[in-house]
Amino acid sequence: MRIPDTILQIDRRIIFLLIGAAVCIPLLLKPRFQDSPTPIVQSIFDTVERLPAGSRVFLSFDYGPDTAPELDPMAKALVRHTMTRGHEVSFFTLFPEGVGQIKKITDNLLPVEFPDKAYGRDYVNLGYKAGLGGAINTMVVNFRTLVNADAEGTPLDDLPITADVDEMVDYVIILSLTAGDPGLKEWIQFAGDIAGIPVMGGGTAVVAPELYPYYPQQLVGLMGGLKGASEYESALVDRYPAYRNATMEATMRMGPQVVTHVLIVLLVLLGNLAYFLGRSGPGNRAGRTGQGNRAG
Amino acid sequence: MRRRIPLIITFIIGVVLITGYFVTRGPFNTLYESFSDYFAIITVFAFILGGGSLLKIHLKRVSSRATDWPYSMVTLVAFLVTLVIGLFKVGNPGGMGGEILASGSWLRFMFDGVYNPLSATMFSLLAFFVASASYRAFRARTKEATILLSAALVILLGRTPVGAWLTAWMPESLAFLELPNLANWIMAWPNTAGQRAIMIGIALGVIATSLRIILGIERNYLGRGE
Amino acid sequence: MDVTLMLWIDAALTLMILSFLYRDNPFYKFAEHLFVGVSAAYLMAVGFWDHLVPNLLGKLFPSLMSGVVPGAVGRSPDYYYLIPAIFGLLLLTRLIDRWAWLSRWALAFIVGGAAGFNLPRFLDSDFIIQVQSTMIPLVVLDASGNLLWGASFSHVVLVLGVICGLVYFFFSVEHKGVLGHVSRAGIWVLMVTFGAAFGYTVMARISLLTGRMEALGAWLGSIF
Repeated sequence: MRIPDTILQIDRRIIFLLIGAAVCIPLLLKPRFQDSPTPIVQSIFDTVERLPAGSRVFLSFDYGPDTAPELDPMAKALVRHTMTRGHEVSFFTLFPEGVGQIKKITDNLLPVEFPDKAYGRDYVNLGYKAGLGGAINTMVVNFRTLVNADAEGTPLDDLPITADVDEMVDYVIILSLTAGDPGLKEWIQFAGDIAGIPVMGGGTAVVAPELYPYYPQQLVGLMGGLKGASEYESALVDRYPAYRNATMEATMRMGPQVVTHVLIVLLVLLGNLAYFLGRSGPGNRAGRTGQGNRAG
Repeated sequence: MRRRIPLIITFIIGVVLITGYFVTRGPFNTLYESFSDYFAIITVFAFILGGGSLLKIHLKRVSSRATDWPYSMVTLVAFLVTLVIGLFKVGNPGGMGGEILASGSWLRFMFDGVYNPLSATMFSLLAFFVASASYRAFRARTKEATILLSAALVILLGRTPVGAWLTAWMPESLAFLELPNLANWIMAWPNTAGQRAIMIGIALGVIATSLRIILGIERNYLGRGE
Repeated sequence: MDVTLMLWIDAALTLMILSFLYRDNPFYKFAEHLFVGVSAAYLMAVGFWDHLVPNLLGKLFPSLMSGVVPGAVGRSPDYYYLIPAIFGLLLLTRLIDRWAWLSRWALAFIVGGAAGFNLPRFLDSDFIIQVQSTMIPLVVLDASGNLLWGASFSHVVLVLGVICGLVYFFFSVEHKGVLGHVSRAGIWVLMVTFGAAFGYTVMARISLLTGRMEALGAWLGSIF
């Protein structure tokens, strides 16, 4: 067998091992990479920063555990930022799995990092509502029809943070962390463009490119994937040095990201090199006719 | 009755929801608010339907001893156990009035301990397959494929610090060609252009299909026969 | 629940799924079927308690639900909510072959609702505003009237990119002559878009794997 053929027919499990190693080794070595926010991420940071303390923020966790490694760091960075700024945050989700993601924040992060913040006064969990874009529409048309109590069943009137919330427009900003449908797109279509509430947030790297056409007219800012989260974390640390020693998950996860990206680029280049060498090799008729695809 | 009534329902709901978007007062708006709320409620029944279908399919597989039927038993037991835990809030410190995923509840354990690792790992498998597929099938065979490949490589390198290291030697006047800047530019302009073209195309498709559905021209969702 | 036990369960299930990378095997199949069962029931339970109970049952039977919906205390029943309740139950007739045709009524509500919601919103957000956002100056000048080459070039790329992309999707006319060239340019723009999307997709998948490897690392850390 010729060398190009041998290269092209490497067992897929060897590639799997390489990828596994490219992720695990940086996790062990923990390299730190300096990041700086791009304008599309900085714009979210600046908006949260400029809001007067005590502003009502709506944060929708539109994702589940399958995309949590990308979106959890964004959620934590946004919660840290909004809480540090003294905003009142209402957590919500359009994904049934998002209920668990909210609980991670309200049970693990907030009591530890912000023990002085109280449930019902500084933050509230409004839980999950079904209906995709229709749920957002109902909230915009008549907020209390859909959301009349928090996740524990306590009526909104009995909670200081929501007692004055009668309409969706009582929130000054909508933040959504998006894994797909429903997510930022629906928040823009059903709330931002209709009610005029500024919408911004983050999306998995799969979703992010599709949201670029909304920026900046309909979408204030966007964190795209782990890189976007890492940029937000760096903006947070720059502005609030107290967070320098906090665990910044996205920044830590950029190590495996760097190594695997380089590995995949090298694999693609190697695959192409072998393909073209194979095509131009002597006696390779199929290759000369452009049909030498051994991709398989 | 089996086809005409659904067509009438679709027409009424569709017309009310479209009109309610433009008319913000009066009876249309009241109907608009109500239908919007009802829509959300009915979609929850889809979850129940999904669970029911799952139960039906796997019970059939177990009763007919189909291939791999013991795995269907796993699905059935997992489904029923989780359902009982969830619907009766087993172990919930707040009892039946407690929050569904209250800390310490059994459903919380099912979510954190079982659903979370299974769901996350299932999707993480794609990392291996995307790498393998890139190696085997990502070829610069044509001009178009070369453009696609080049854009992908710029993004892959440009969105990491490696991109900055690789092109740090570039003079100030060519800073726009540094990989991170190039990657950001691709995302902000050509990517936006392409995505916007796709978005406009989809929007026109959605508008046309919605009209066809509301007017009863598109009936595929009703299935075949009476 | 004991943290160590959770770590062991987490790791065991993670390894069962990862074992698929070697080949399909009983451990993977077990985990896969477990996932299907747990997720379907989880969705039902959350949908029931977070939506159906407060938004339907609490409104139809407030006195019965007052124990689990504190806001329902003293409220009188709202019988209009029988409408979604009936449509919801009609949807479930899909499970009974003889009555399955009745589920079309509920499906008609959902499909009509989706069409009614989508038409104006896609028209506004994804068509009109997108066209509006593309109408930008092709020549960008700074405050003193000097030409900004970079910004102008970017604007030209955006405007022409959208036009060429749309021409490529316009199938009513044969792509020949000038239209053929424009359409070809449209393909190039779309190729850049897909390339960018591919790069981002790789990024996403690696992030997910990193999360899982961290979880396995935590488990190994608890052993050694």
